[in-house]
Amino acid sequence: MSATAWAWLVLLFPLLGSIVIGLGFKALPAKAAGAIGTIAIGLAFACGVAALISLLGEDPEARHHASSLWDYASVAGLDIKLGIFVDPLSVFMVLVVSGVSTLIHLYSYGYMQSDEGYHRFFSYLNFFVFSMLLLVLAGNFVLLTVGWAFVGFASYALISFWYRRETATRAGMKAFVINVVGDIGLVLAAFLIFRELGSFDYGTVFEKAPQVFTTNEWTVTAICLLLLVGAFAKSAQLPLHTWLPDAMEGPTPVSSLIHAATMVTAGVYLIARTHVLFELAPTAADVAAFVGLATLLVAATMALVMTDLKRAIAYSTMSQIGYMIMGVSIGAYSAGMFHLMTHAFFKALLFMAAGSIIAAMANDQNIDRMSGFGRAMRFTSFTFVCGALALAAFPGSSGFFSKDEILAYAAARGGMYVIFTVLGYAGALLTAVYSFRLVFRVLHGEPCDEARELIETGHVAHEAPKNPATGEPEDTDVGFPGSEHHIAEQSAPMRVAMGVLAFGAIFAGLVQIPGVDDVVTKFLDPVWAGSPLAAIEPSTLADWEGLGIGGVIALLGIGIAYVLYVARPELPGQLEARLRPLHTLFANKWYFDEAIGFLVVRPALGIGRFANRTFERLVVDGIVTGTAETVRGAGGVVRAVQSGFVRSYALLLIAGFAGLALYFLLSSS
Amino acid sequence: MSIEWYIVLSALLFATGALGILLRRSPMVILLCLELMLNAGNLALVAFSRMVGNGQGQVFAVIVMVIAACEVVVGLGLIVAIFRRRLPLNVDDLRELRG
Amino acid sequence: MEEVLFFVAAIGALGGAIGVIAMRNPFYSVLALIVHLFSLAALFLLLTSAFVAAAQVVVYAGAVMVLYVFVVAYVGGGGESAWEPIPGQRFLAPLLGIALFIELAVAVLSSSLLALGTDGPDVPAGFGDPAAIGRLLLEKFLVPFETSSLLLLLAAVGAIVLASNRRIEEGDTSS
Repeated sequence: MSATAWAWLVLLFPLLGSIVIGLGFKALPAKAAGAIGTIAIGLAFACGVAALISLLGEDPEARHHASSLWDYASVAGLDIKLGIFVDPLSVFMVLVVSGVSTLIHLYSYGYMQSDEGYHRFFSYLNFFVFSMLLLVLAGNFVLLTVGWAFVGFASYALISFWYRRETATRAGMKAFVINVVGDIGLVLAAFLIFRELGSFDYGTVFEKAPQVFTTNEWTVTAICLLLLVGAFAKSAQLPLHTWLPDAMEGPTPVSSLIHAATMVTAGVYLIARTHVLFELAPTAADVAAFVGLATLLVAATMALVMTDLKRAIAYSTMSQIGYMIMGVSIGAYSAGMFHLMTHAFFKALLFMAAGSIIAAMANDQNIDRMSGFGRAMRFTSFTFVCGALALAAFPGSSGFFSKDEILAYAAARGGMYVIFTVLGYAGALLTAVYSFRLVFRVLHGEPCDEARELIETGHVAHEAPKNPATGEPEDTDVGFPGSEHHIAEQSAPMRVAMGVLAFGAIFAGLVQIPGVDDVVTKFLDPVWAGSPLAAIEPSTLADWEGLGIGGVIALLGIGIAYVLYVARPELPGQLEARLRPLHTLFANKWYFDEAIGFLVVRPALGIGRFANRTFERLVVDGIVTGTAETVRGAGGVVRAVQSGFVRSYALLLIAGFAGLALYFLLSSS
Repeated sequence: MSIEWYIVLSALLFATGALGILLRRSPMVILLCLELMLNAGNLALVAFSRMVGNGQGQVFAVIVMVIAACEVVVGLGLIVAIFRRRLPLNVDDLRELRG
Repeated sequence: MEEVLFFVAAIGALGGAIGVIAMRNPFYSVLALIVHLFSLAALFLLLTSAFVAAAQVVVYAGAVMVLYVFVVAYVGGGGESAWEPIPGQRFLAPLLGIALFIELAVAVLSSSLLALGTDGPDVPAGFGDPAAIGRLLLEKFLVPFETSSLLLLLAAVGAIVLASNRRIEEGDTSS
């Protein structure tokens, strides 16, 4: 079968899984629903592998196919097909997305077991994977927007999965609204593309763009800036990032899948896919790179002081995506995608391990209360450390190779771009510090109460469920979150999933050792064929220099963390006291939420209030009610004629006749 | 007498019948006034038949008499039915069909 | 001679009409109508319509009026109250009646039918005879003739239905 046929199957299985589970939730037992969901994504991954094999069997130059099922809209110059585009980039994304998703489904199979909404969870999760695969496989901007919007919806449905929690629903709405802002950018960009180039289809657009646009013409810059709006909203970059920490209200597998490995990488994919346009608008590309850099640093500072475990990891995601955005904006396309892959592994792993720990803590996510889990949960701690090592870019781990490849490219491009390398290394230092801050705070030290209970009795802590953010008691009669808490040590599916990801987190870097092999780069090269930026390649020596500096920085960061949290635990308190203003700034998330609330939310609410109280009540209601009252009044008047008196009817009849006769007499005289 | 006298008389009788319908309340008398109007029409028809010179107007008048007879039959049947049901024989009191 | 007969008959007809609308007792109204019908028959005779005059007396005054007399005897009939529930009726009705008469008269008198001013053309001897009417009924106006007999049948059936001795249910005023 051809690669495109496999690609259609990739889309089919998750959709089928979602529909089957969604419609059959009454008939299917819980385990069956989980199994169907996992197998559906597993089949999608298998088809992705088949598509990969099919592609590899072809000539590198010819590895791009478009295939469409039917014409979606063919009118007035528009020709939109329901079409997919299969090339190394989309197959790469398909493999990453479906692979990590399969493992996360496996993890959820165990983790969400006692949740009443089990079926709903898997149906939504499958739908999300379908949407994400649709996004990466889309062959034209319309289908891309469709997948983009579906992903936004699935994210909303999954964030507010425990919908009885007010914080969860609010977080879901916040995420959705900010995503919609991004959608607007994407749709406007698509409109502009159609207006300038006359088509939505990838092949046509990327072929015609260099011919139609001159470099830095305002139209192509506008298109790219609008695409960036979409990318930043979806990938949680400044200033559209405020939804990501709140999105941690969703269950941990959701955070792991959507907010680590897949949805947030959609922005990176978008920029990589439309790299032709970005190369024609270097200003926009530079804007993107600087935003990525800013996000990288700001998020790292915020992660340094976060006390909520999942939110700390969320900020780390923001920071790493900043790296990726930076990478694909300055031209390090393959490096950026490679970092996307390794990040998917270790970030999903980190979330999974964090989920296990939070379960042991009876859904309490505050690291101030956690300590000493290293002894209580060996497997979880091991995987957690694997993920943290990869995140910190410890020499030899996957993150080590991927992150430093981006920075080496920036140095090789030279000129202004050296800033990215320098500040990127600064960010790497911060990354190492905060990742091992988490490791030492949670795993090291004297076991906290829950950990001790686990060591002594093997029993997972269990208390009346409370909303971790507000501390209010929650109602689990509707079943969620589940009454049981599942940790990895007691659940085989969770262990398998985490084990595979730990392996990937540590060893996945070996496919891109500079000078030795560059599997990913070679595979993805045909996608950027003809791009001047992709042709820039740092020399192997420069690569190894970069790796060396990166390794040193990582070890330095781990050392700083060790000093701060193990050797001299009184230091963090002193530092905090000394740098209080800075600490407050970081802890309050740089006041972005407050700023957006003041600049955007309050005016919007004010307009809404005006519209409701004044306009709606006076104008609209006035017109509608006024019309109704007029009609009723007129009807009342007319009704009085129907008195029921036959003689008055006769009077009217004769009067009418007399009048008519008078008229005819007069008109004929 | 020229024909116009008969026609004017017929108009006068017709108007009188209409006046009776408007003023009287008993259904009996209203039916009688309807008879008046029909007969006024008959008079006009016969007068015109005389004016034209063929008998068609007279045939028309005979048929009108038949119609009037049928109408009287039904009308009187209605009055009897109303009386049987002990309803007031007064068109002003029989006014349920109103808006 | 003809004029005198005309005026006598006309006064009789008009008197009868005014008697119908003015008498309080419905029985007296019926009697007034009978006088009116006889006067009309005289007028028909003046217009050389013998058959119509005869039919008027026999059918109308003879049969239809007998029906009326029977029903008035059965129903009885009191006077009507003086109060008028419909506002304006007492004032508008005469007005409209007069307006109607004037309009009809004017319409006829000012029409271009010049023959109205004459006595009518000379008619053959058998004009208005039963033979002439009969011939017309059976030759030219056969269909209306048959249809009207059908109508008579319908009316008879309707009368029987209306007057049948159905059981009167309590409160069944809107059957």
